[in-house]
Amino acid sequence: MRDITYAQALNEAMSEEMRLDKNLIFIGEDIGVYGGAFGVSKGMFEEFGSERVKDTPISEQVITGCAAGASMTGLKTIVELMFSDFMTLAMDQLANQAAKNRFQFGGQGAVPMVLRAPGGSGTGAAEQHSQSLEAWVAHVPGLKVVIPSTPADAKGLLKASIRDNNPVVFLEQKLLYRQKGPVAEIGEDEIIPLGEADVKREGRDLTVITYGRMVPRSLKVAEDMAKDGVDIEVIDIRTLVPLDKEALIKSAKKTGKVLIVHEACQTGGFGGELVSVVVDSDAFFYLDAPVKRLGGLDVPIPYNPNLEAQVVPTEEKITAAIKDLL
Amino acid sequence: MKLSKAIHKELYLKMVQTRRFEETAARLFVEGKVHGTAHFCIGEEATGVGVCTPLEVEDYILQTHRGHNQGIGKNMDIKKMMAEFLGKETGYCKGKGGCMHIADFSVGSLGANGIVGGGIPLATGAALKQQYNKEDNITVCFFGDGATNEGSFHESLNLAAAWKLPVLFVCTNNFYGMSTSTKISMAIDDISIRAKSYGMKGLALDGNDVVNIYEETIKAKKYVLENGPMLMVLNTYRWMGHSKSDAQIYRSKDEVNEWKKKDPIKKHREFILTEKIMTEAELDAIDVQAAQDIKDAVDFAENSPEPKIENIFDDVYA
Repeated sequence: MRDITYAQALNEAMSEEMRLDKNLIFIGEDIGVYGGAFGVSKGMFEEFGSERVKDTPISEQVITGCAAGASMTGLKTIVELMFSDFMTLAMDQLANQAAKNRFQFGGQGAVPMVLRAPGGSGTGAAEQHSQSLEAWVAHVPGLKVVIPSTPADAKGLLKASIRDNNPVVFLEQKLLYRQKGPVAEIGEDEIIPLGEADVKREGRDLTVITYGRMVPRSLKVAEDMAKDGVDIEVIDIRTLVPLDKEALIKSAKKTGKVLIVHEACQTGGFGGELVSVVVDSDAFFYLDAPVKRLGGLDVPIPYNPNLEAQVVPTEEKITAAIKDLL
Repeated sequence: MKLSKAIHKELYLKMVQTRRFEETAARLFVEGKVHGTAHFCIGEEATGVGVCTPLEVEDYILQTHRGHNQGIGKNMDIKKMMAEFLGKETGYCKGKGGCMHIADFSVGSLGANGIVGGGIPLATGAALKQQYNKEDNITVCFFGDGATNEGSFHESLNLAAAWKLPVLFVCTNNFYGMSTSTKISMAIDDISIRAKSYGMKGLALDGNDVVNIYEETIKAKKYVLENGPMLMVLNTYRWMGHSKSDAQIYRSKDEVNEWKKKDPIKKHREFILTEKIMTEAELDAIDVQAAQDIKDAVDFAENSPEPKIENIFDDVYA
């Protein structure tokens, strides 16, 4: 084990898989010599060359469709979109083409591709570069959706996503790129299967179900509240599709109180789905309080740093929500 | 280039099969045996048949929503096409796709597309795979005049040209996007000039001349393998409405009748007789065979089982 950043972990996952599989290629904007807008692909162009690490025109629709077409016919592809907001430009190829290919053609083919894209606010990038759009893609059957919160998860989940035979939307967190954490040594091939939630902190009094950047934030709140004798369990769902429903239900039964936290706008957000998983199950009979969700405000992400910080769940808001439930 | 009798026979048969397939499909609608919609290419048979017949299995095609001629041209199984049209378990897509999504990966068809221009980006990917593996095959991407106004057309032709991908872009120009004339939707008469802005060769052809299309496709494949992508525009006409619900109030009967005089099947038949490649009796025999093939396909489809809801989750994920 050694500590590396979330961005380095992603780089290692891609590089290791590309060394193992000559049929795996990587395409996107400025991923070559530049090394990616957030530096995730640094060094890959030098190692794998321009045939396998391909800089593209600024054309998100054809980048995504090209990857889908190559994957339909025998290659495996990784796509980097510079910001997940740009999925809006690629949506036909993602939702109508890649996602439906196998089903609509009666199972004739498969589309083994990973679309990587960073999401989330906190960088002052404002309305069009800060969104959390995971609910859009989680709503499309045929896509898998992954959001890692730690370097180890980033590496293990990305390797699993690359090996998956389906289109996977892999949503990274901009603010986590420089966060360090323990990761297995290079070549140890640690795979984290899609569809397994992770209990990031065990606790007795209340369950926080969350993902992405809100995982470290919820853990910080849990540690602070532990000083007052409150014991919070924090579950990181890690993959929205497929979703590890059993892990959520089990924890809800144990603690009897559930708070759901995510950065995306609350209305229509994935939190509603998570609430539903808990209350539609027999965990309902174990609940001591209503299941609550805490999402972002239903506004675009604003530019001003004070405003920007206040439109998503803060430590204070999470703490207050937990206290309300207790 | 002088085509053999066998090639003429194949081209003629496939065009007649396409027409009988669609006339039969239209009748099945009237009889209430089909649910959903279909888009007919009657009048455009020479385009898909002329382009696909000279291709190899390893050459990919991406089809349009109006692509029965393309599928039959690429040697798809007419029985499975008809079964899919009727939504049956034995259809190409097990009844889940319908005729807007017919595909046969085994003959190199990567599928028809319900989104105008939706297949064009996919074609660049299939061609990238061929280029990456240094294959001697190309990807042929069909789309209509309407698709050339989509962003996907621009992004894909630019990328294909920049990367020198082995794609033959084939625009079936029937002069209408549903009801809207190209006179209204674009400010140019010759769609092939759009190629120039990508640094790509463009070519406009009579889309009703199956022999010429066949010959030009052979040349185009060689060109694409050596030089990178090319845009081939086939000017033709859709005799029927956009889909089954089209009352066709946007064009005159005279205009339709003028184009019916340029019937691609009649044109090919006359060429064959003039050149003494086949006799009337031989051509009549092909007509009979085509009709029988379609009748057999309908029998197969009508006697096939309905798909079961128990299998609905199959193939959502691989």
